[in-house]
Amino acid sequence: MVRKTSQIFSPWVIQDIHAKSDLGRYRIRGFSSFQKVTHFDDLTFLSTGLTRFPLEGYKEQCNTQTVIGALNAKNPLILDTPIYITGMSYGALSANAKTALGKAASLVGTASCTGDGGMLPSERKASDKLIYQVLPSRYGFNPHHLKQAQAIEIVVGQGAKPGTGGMLMGIKVLDNISEMRDLPKGIDQRSPARHPDWLGPDDLAMKIEQLREATNWTVPIHVKLGACRVSDDVKLAAKAGADAVVVDSMLAGTGASSEILLDHSGIPTVPAIVLAREALREIGLNGKVDLIASGGIRSGADVAKALALGADAVAIGLSALIALNCNREIPGSNFMEEIGVPAGECSHCHTGKCPVGIATQDKKLTKRLDPDEGAERVANFLNAMTMEMSLLTRSLGKGDVHSLEPEDLAALTIEASAMAQVPLVGTNTIFGQSS
Amino acid sequence: MVSIDASELSTRELNIKLNGLIEDNQNVEIINPRARHNIIVGILQKCKITIEGSLGYYCASLLDGPTVFIKGNSGWALGENLMNGVIKLSKDAGASVGASMRGGEIFVGRNAGARAGISMKGGTLIIKGNSGFLTGFMMQKGTIIVCGDVGDAVGDSMYEGTIYVGGKITSLGNDAKIVNPTQTELSVIDKKLKKNNVSNTYKFKKIISGKKLYHFDKLERLEKSAI
Repeated sequence: MVRKTSQIFSPWVIQDIHAKSDLGRYRIRGFSSFQKVTHFDDLTFLSTGLTRFPLEGYKEQCNTQTVIGALNAKNPLILDTPIYITGMSYGALSANAKTALGKAASLVGTASCTGDGGMLPSERKASDKLIYQVLPSRYGFNPHHLKQAQAIEIVVGQGAKPGTGGMLMGIKVLDNISEMRDLPKGIDQRSPARHPDWLGPDDLAMKIEQLREATNWTVPIHVKLGACRVSDDVKLAAKAGADAVVVDSMLAGTGASSEILLDHSGIPTVPAIVLAREALREIGLNGKVDLIASGGIRSGADVAKALALGADAVAIGLSALIALNCNREIPGSNFMEEIGVPAGECSHCHTGKCPVGIATQDKKLTKRLDPDEGAERVANFLNAMTMEMSLLTRSLGKGDVHSLEPEDLAALTIEASAMAQVPLVGTNTIFGQSS
Repeated sequence: MVSIDASELSTRELNIKLNGLIEDNQNVEIINPRARHNIIVGILQKCKITIEGSLGYYCASLLDGPTVFIKGNSGWALGENLMNGVIKLSKDAGASVGASMRGGEIFVGRNAGARAGISMKGGTLIIKGNSGFLTGFMMQKGTIIVCGDVGDAVGDSMYEGTIYVGGKITSLGNDAKIVNPTQTELSVIDKKLKKNNVSNTYKFKKIISGKKLYHFDKLERLEKSAI
């Protein structure tokens, strides 16, 4: 039987062409890519049977402590779980959301990260461990804040919009935001894609040394890459002197991006981790430079699979916001009336009208998010993920989440086998391996 | 004034020694810097530092308060992210001088490379000679005064701030436009130049943002209802 609607010109494609013919520009939205790509669900763990014995799944000790940046930093980042909150700007998010995320991270002994727009004082106060981003825009960048950070992250690119800078629509560039970013109030901010003071990897090596000198070699320096040309980029970042490399995949979230970049650039998280780990091996920095993966991490299973493939830690953004009540009706909200779509289908962070007070600067809307209550929800979610990951680890007979390895996994599809470089279930074949 | 001979010191040793002296409220002179990178970074207090010789990349950067005199040339990103203080360079500056600076004053005694004052967010950058392409690129606030000529695409995508050019403008950048400076503005420039011992014989043109790139031209239905 042939379908009665076009596979190529689907109703969504028709609507998209209509929208662009009305608009005369690319479309913008938040959330993350809508592409269906190979992801962690296409992998499964091979838990113990007779070949190994398990640890007591609910009780026995399982180490989740994670150390990042011990290569050069006097004070590496020591986290109680290999999950931290990724950089999201004050501007894209409300002050209450940023504060809640910082508090949540502190409650579970992990870190949060600033974002494109500078450091919010309440976020700094709430965060025991705060990663300070150095972005191409340098909005709000302040050496006093740099010296207060527990780690520094140089952002080369982000997975949701690799090869371009941040975006913040005028509705969100209000008094405090425009002041912190030194921008005219109400402009549609499109951040630079290139750093103002360095261009290539040789310059990056010197830039890293500058930041180390400014912080007395005390804190780790991460380099964050949008996952595209992963192998070469990771090698260049590591050789430039990064203590940790962050690969942010095409599944990473955003508060605003052109839809064309969200859906048509970058590579998924699974192959990004595998390529990055192999790149570090090739240049002899495996086990020295840490690897952090981000993009589409939703559960403890995703974290465990990321670690098994070679990540030392993961960073979460969108799932932390969902834990904060993103896309959920709460008392006072009405998604259909306020944003035009039901809760669960909202990707309209860029409009600044977030009905749950997360991705907005509207004073009335931000009141809908209580930072203490929000922090508790996100901390619960982080704890749940850590427990899930530990449970899986014990079921594999291991007492340390960092002992997970590719051998613990099998692929459910041929594509996943090729991307993850693990055998397809029911076979001994790893697809895509060169002879 | 205490003198440091940098010739036998690593960058780390030099910065540790420098920071120690500054904490003791000493004025410092550095000799034989050998154009090394990353010295005088992250100093957040008032002090006086003189360098006898040329510097490499990212020198006198991430500062808040110091007065730095450099008798020589500098590499890329001199005075990057300066919050407050004064940097005076006697000779040429490489690319990205004053990148993302937020306050204070930087004076370049001769020419500057490309992207001078890129992403500038405040303060004043004075270039006695010529400046390269993309001067004031994506500038947000502050003032750039170039006494000589500027290269291609000056003021490209600038948000706010002002660029004054005394010589020839090779080409304007995207959304930059030339307007006439006021007498008040010209007298402010005159004062700033005099303070740096530059005799003002220039006919300055003023470059500002055309503000045509501030907004997307059109909004979607949902965006319209939101705004």
